[in-house]
Amino acid sequence: MINYEELLNENIRKVKPSGIRKFFDIANEMEDVISLSVGEPDFTTPWHVRAAGIESLEKGRTWYTPNRGFAELRSEISNYYKRRFNVEYSAEKEVLVTVGGSEAIDLCIRSLVSPGDEVLIPQPCFVCYEPMTCLAGGVPVIIETKAEDEFRLTPEQLEEKITDKTKLLILPFPNNPTGAVMKREHLEGIAEVLRKHNIIVLSDEIYAELNYGEERHVSFAEIEGMKEKTVVVNGFSKSYAMTGWRLGYALGPAELIAKMTIVHQYAIMSAPTTAQYAAIEALKNGDEDIEKMRSEYDLRRRLMVSSFRRMGFDCFEPEGAFYVFPCIKNTGLTSDEFCSRLIREKHVAVVPGTAFGESGEGYVRVSYSYSIAHIREALKRIQEFLEDIKK
Amino acid sequence: MDKLISLLYEDSSLSVEELSAMLNESEEDIKKRIEEYKKSGVILGKKTFINWDKVENSGVTALIELKVTPQKETGFDEIAARISEFTEVDTVHLMAADNYDLLVTVRGKSIQDVAMFVSRRLATIDAVQSTATHFLLKRYKENGVELTDEEKDQRSMML
Ligand SMILES: Cc1ncc(COP(=O)(O)O)c(C=O)c1O
Repeated sequence: MINYEELLNENIRKVKPSGIRKFFDIANEMEDVISLSVGEPDFTTPWHVRAAGIESLEKGRTWYTPNRGFAELRSEISNYYKRRFNVEYSAEKEVLVTVGGSEAIDLCIRSLVSPGDEVLIPQPCFVCYEPMTCLAGGVPVIIETKAEDEFRLTPEQLEEKITDKTKLLILPFPNNPTGAVMKREHLEGIAEVLRKHNIIVLSDEIYAELNYGEERHVSFAEIEGMKEKTVVVNGFSKSYAMTGWRLGYALGPAELIAKMTIVHQYAIMSAPTTAQYAAIEALKNGDEDIEKMRSEYDLRRRLMVSSFRRMGFDCFEPEGAFYVFPCIKNTGLTSDEFCSRLIREKHVAVVPGTAFGESGEGYVRVSYSYSIAHIREALKRIQEFLEDIKK
Repeated sequence: MDKLISLLYEDSSLSVEELSAMLNESEEDIKKRIEEYKKSGVILGKKTFINWDKVENSGVTALIELKVTPQKETGFDEIAARISEFTEVDTVHLMAADNYDLLVTVRGKSIQDVAMFVSRRLATIDAVQSTATHFLLKRYKENGVELTDEEKDQRSMML
């Protein structure tokens, strides 16, 4: 018998399988589950964008693209960041097209982190930063964001965790799972701390377009002096409802993008060709689609927040992404208990906050990437569940 | 268009509370606006949305194109009002079309039933010059809702 465990790379051994799979398996096997658990848009990709992909296939455009992505796509991405977020990137040297934002995150971490380097990760957050850091031999340093800070990273928290080993700060806002956003003034505070240190920032702006406050999303790269310290990660999954196309990108200083391109070139060759054609169309003619989806999400967001509050949950008002993150502590249940009982007793699936880091204990992530009718039915069942618990 | 209207059109069971949350307006304002829409005849009532293809013995539906001679004072209005009075008639619309003026939806027990209604009740009206009857075979979408069996949500649970 081969002991595979022994053969494995020591870093991969450090990454534990996620406990959430068990929960997902229960939910997937159950009939008539009303799920509020997905992390992707319920909209399908706008038709004109799909048509551009189809047309490229009809014309037989089925080859690799340049490693960095089509020049036209890079140029459209560069226009887009200038148009929407007022940051200028050179299409030639500072843009890299990747397989989803996911790959861009991987490339950035792998290119920067050496064994022993510390990576600051504000949690609760999307699940990939910590394992990716471990795979690179880095040391994840968790910063717990707090409900009383509206789940923002504060300059004080940041300052406290910086050591001379700190290499990278992950800045995941708008945030999955909390829905928190960092406004200009909050980013300024973070920038103030970073000016004193030699630390790179990975700004995961995948939810940039899903921002419901008065102020539009502010890219961290737009803050004075931060562009040269920042790798921006974004993509098409959330803003254009294109998760299955697997397309994203990284923007950053030419030297870093060049190194990331090397990893990308050997690991991936080039991002999917059909998706790149579709993405060009999305960037050229998709601003209206974004706005339509955004305003629809906003209605649902308001409905959810107000319903959870009316049920007596403490529910912070999320201003980004498509999740609400109500506090369930007053039910006397842990996040895991709440979610397991809710799915068993009422067949409603929401995700325990602990899936996004220990600091998610006491919270659940509820996605509103569903129709209003679906959301209302789920909320009705959650209300019934609460009444059952109180008995 | 007012989002309040489109939300209520989609689902008349939305409560004032829910509408107020979604539209970020006070409950009083929502109530007041709904009252005004009712008064001015924008909101006419609530009905149950039925897929007739699934109702047994629900009969047949036909679309009838009517070419009509407009009347001196009233144009098409008087004729349209007369046709609307028939209980067999479901909808009456004045169209901008090449070769007819009124499009009328008629529901009846059988094809014969509808055909008889058209020839005896509609074709015999003086101002009606001609009729063309089209029978409806299958409903795919109605009032903005697709009636074919809904596809299962194919998204997987993902963090
Ligand atoms: C915060 C965050 N970043 C990145 C991603 C990765 O998205 P993709 O690889 O589809 O671009 C996700 C997906 O859920 C996410 O929530």
